[in-house]
Amino acid sequence: MSLVPQPLTQFPWRVMALLLAIATFGTLVLYSAADGNIFPWAVNQSVRFCIFSAMALVLSRIPIELFSRFAFPAYGSVLVALVLVELIGGVRGGSQRWINLGFMLLQPSEFMKPIIVLAVAQFYARLPVGEIRRWNAIWPALLLIGLPWSLVLIQPDLGTATMILAGGVTVMFLAGLPLRLFVGSGLALAAIVPIAFSFLHDYQQKRVLIFLDPESDPLGAGYHISQSKIAIGSGGIWGKGFLQGSQSHLDYLPEGHTDFVFATMAEEWGLVGGIVMIGAFMLLFRWGLRVAMRTPDKFARLVAAGLTTTIFFYVAINLMMVMGLAPVVGIPLPFMSYGGSSMLTVMLCVGIIMAIDRSNRRSSGHRNWA
Amino acid sequence: MKFPLLKPKSVTEASQTFTFSRRTMVLGAIQGGIGAMLAARMAWISVAENEKYAMLSESNRVNLTLIPPRRGWIIDRNGRPLANNRTDFRVDLIPQRVVDAEGTIRHLAQLLSLESDEVERIREELDKSARFRPVQVSDKLTYEQYAAVSVRLPDLPGVAPSQGFSRYYPAGSTVGHLLGYVGPATAEDYKERRDPLLITPGFKVGKDGLEKAFDQHLTGKPGAKRVEVTARGKILRELTTRPDMPGNPIKLTIDAGLQEYAGRRLATQSGSVVVIDCANGDVLAMASMPSFDPNSFSDGISQLEWAMLSQDDHVPLRNKTLQGLYPPGSTVKPMVALALLEAGVGPQETVGCAGAIRVGNTLFHCHKRRGHGAVNMRTAIAQSCDIYFYQMAQRVGMNRIAEMARRCGMGQRFDLPFPSQSYGTVPDPAWKEKKYDQKWQVYDTVNATIGQGYMLINPLQMAVMAARLATGKQLMPNFLHGAKRPAPASVGASEEHLAVIRDAMSAVVNGGGTGGAARMSIPDVLIAGKTGTAQVRRITMAERAGGVRRDASLAFKLRDHALFQGFAPFDNPRYAVACIIEHGGHMIRNEDAPMIASDTLSYLFDPKKATEKLETLEKGWGGTPTERQARQMAAFRLARAIERGEVPPPIADNGSNAAEADNGATASPSPASNESDAP
Repeated sequence: MSLVPQPLTQFPWRVMALLLAIATFGTLVLYSAADGNIFPWAVNQSVRFCIFSAMALVLSRIPIELFSRFAFPAYGSVLVALVLVELIGGVRGGSQRWINLGFMLLQPSEFMKPIIVLAVAQFYARLPVGEIRRWNAIWPALLLIGLPWSLVLIQPDLGTATMILAGGVTVMFLAGLPLRLFVGSGLALAAIVPIAFSFLHDYQQKRVLIFLDPESDPLGAGYHISQSKIAIGSGGIWGKGFLQGSQSHLDYLPEGHTDFVFATMAEEWGLVGGIVMIGAFMLLFRWGLRVAMRTPDKFARLVAAGLTTTIFFYVAINLMMVMGLAPVVGIPLPFMSYGGSSMLTVMLCVGIIMAIDRSNRRSSGHRNWA
Repeated sequence: MKFPLLKPKSVTEASQTFTFSRRTMVLGAIQGGIGAMLAARMAWISVAENEKYAMLSESNRVNLTLIPPRRGWIIDRNGRPLANNRTDFRVDLIPQRVVDAEGTIRHLAQLLSLESDEVERIREELDKSARFRPVQVSDKLTYEQYAAVSVRLPDLPGVAPSQGFSRYYPAGSTVGHLLGYVGPATAEDYKERRDPLLITPGFKVGKDGLEKAFDQHLTGKPGAKRVEVTARGKILRELTTRPDMPGNPIKLTIDAGLQEYAGRRLATQSGSVVVIDCANGDVLAMASMPSFDPNSFSDGISQLEWAMLSQDDHVPLRNKTLQGLYPPGSTVKPMVALALLEAGVGPQETVGCAGAIRVGNTLFHCHKRRGHGAVNMRTAIAQSCDIYFYQMAQRVGMNRIAEMARRCGMGQRFDLPFPSQSYGTVPDPAWKEKKYDQKWQVYDTVNATIGQGYMLINPLQMAVMAARLATGKQLMPNFLHGAKRPAPASVGASEEHLAVIRDAMSAVVNGGGTGGAARMSIPDVLIAGKTGTAQVRRITMAERAGGVRRDASLAFKLRDHALFQGFAPFDNPRYAVACIIEHGGHMIRNEDAPMIASDTLSYLFDPKKATEKLETLEKGWGGTPTERQARQMAAFRLARAIERGEVPPPIADNGSNAAEADNGATASPSPASNESDAP
């Protein structure tokens, strides 16, 4: 037995240190984005990080069965909230995403990102083993995903809809559905989308993208991305130096503290900063997937892998967007972009994964002890 | 229901766990792969394409603005500036960046308290301007106004305040036609040369006169200023500044004091004065009045001012010294006399003048109806007897006279740094044959000898003629100080003959001749000259019978031109002068050609005394040309406003009319003035 008391060994030191490192770096970048000022962003962001970290640690102590039990009810209530948004939600920047609760603006689609993973995982966990290769294993999951997906898409919010779809489909994939289904539909999609898209005119294509997410391009197609690429490209290997980024400080880079915070960072810290960031996120995903692989419980392991992938989608879509590989869809970079709701979601995911990790250690501890 | 596509396969808890682990690893691999891909993409952008993006970032951040080079000074023979540069605060509009043109103009008009015709000019230029070409709002701001515009820049897109230099002509309108003026390059210039300097606010090119001829010489090399700007165009700081290289100065042969004096001395008349240095042909003064003020032209002239200048019957927009052509009238008589001497006419030979002579079937009159009696060459020149020249010219023939005329510079085109030049005509039989396909007639000779008919001359040529008669050398007019020239050829007249002419011309002024008004006020300096009157209308037989109408009773355009050419001192000529008063009609003695020419020359001998006289005279004319023009402008503006109904027409003896009335009085010669004694 270790000399260190059990609560300390069970505290998720490594992952918390990793998150703290990422968030601290993010706060530094926000400090620079505000022209070397801790107001208005850096302070808020670090306070939020502390609160949400505490929340994640509380979540990590909740027994896994509770998540399992509340997966469907939670899914149901968020779905209702999405319908309500469609009916009474506030319109902002051309899309309807918010419910005004009086004291705060609630964006239900944000919660749907982790909850879709819980719901689909719960469905497959309950599905008898033998049913996995039957129709019954597919259509309920598709329904579970399809409802929130379409509700979010008509808001319209292409980014979030894509993440909901991706999160759900990932769980389906992990649940053991036949591989050919994914390969087949992937190929079909890959074939259809470009063909359908190519029938549109250039301006229509642009319009489709803007229609799907009006917030993406208010100033003219491409301005955001080209400025972002200039910021990243001009940073070079070592960057221009802390507080020295001209693109962000002279306002050429739009949304330099939110969606394009990575470009702000890359301009000042260069390729080195970027690689470190990407590496840090990869470590987080590695941790999440390892937790999943260690977990014997079906629901828990699907949830752990699914939520890890949800965080991964945040990072991947954001970075692809910032580097000009994806359209501007308004997905923030976790822990870096200024904003509360994305951090809340990501911390929810982290908290649940930590809870699964904790229950693993306990059961394995028992096993060892026995 | 079974999956139709799938083979039945037993799935157990264990195999499902295995599948999960395997697929999770695949997922991990995909995530790692995408992570690596993103890292590679980033490396591509920031390493391989670093140079391109670094440049783009710099061009975002750094705004390069050209500093218009200061124009080289134009200085006179003594180093006094005729055109220099004045520090100014200015504001321009860059049309393509202006968002709300109307609102911006209104805001600026209020901020800078612009006159309504200025506002109109800006509006019009903004409408017509090529999008990239700056439109000048104002360039004579005080520092306070400049600062007021500068702080409001974020609300005024397209407004560009700057600190720079503008052209300044200390002598104002008196150098207008000599130097020309400067102005923004035209859109055509820019399309042709694509030089970004041309569309830099505040950069001006020479538009006329010497400014245009020596534009390249006067234009320096622009400086550059690198400033850091935000995406919204706010200037954060200056990075580096490379100062401009001012253009080269030009030293002219002009005497600044004399030039200004000559311009002012022309009084309210439409005329010109040219003074030439008899030593080498240097032009000391070349004034054409009234003139535009090159200062206001260079600032961008308002439509109102343009309208006023183009409607004026004194044609301020024409350079009369080079583009005005006039019948030389009797001023050619000394030259004709020289031709007569060359042809063998003795200076003492006399002709009886009875007041008229019949040539063919036309009766030609002398200007003196009663006749001069017996006149020799000296008297004929001094009294300007026409009959003597009618007779003698018929004797020697037109060709000899025309030849002498050409040697004296008439009809000669000089190589001058001016864009256009009218060089007149010396008619002879061959010329008429060619031009009109008609035979030369005796009456053509008769007309030509008294400088009428086909003969035409410009004021510069007349000054050259005076200088050549004075020196016997074919001096060439020149504007560049210290220019190297070959020694002038001889006119071909003997010194003896020239002495005769000089003596006769002195008699014109000092010997009771027609040019008594030109007598110099400087003791011991005697001016020699010749008066002239050029008819611009035909005097009919009927009119002659009823008495020739005096000019005062005629419309301005029908009055005779008054001319004078001469030199001083008569026995050792230093300076030659020519003066032409368009439609002067010899009506006002102190505004007539002889006295203007003589006073102008007197400035070279005693500037103080000459200036005192001028200042006394100017009181009667309503002040200096600048003051008179300002009043004229005010009156014109008022008249325009009345025309448009913006201002009620003044009631009789209304005080508001004073400026106009005052101006009217100075513009039209008062009939009470004493009349000239010279035709």
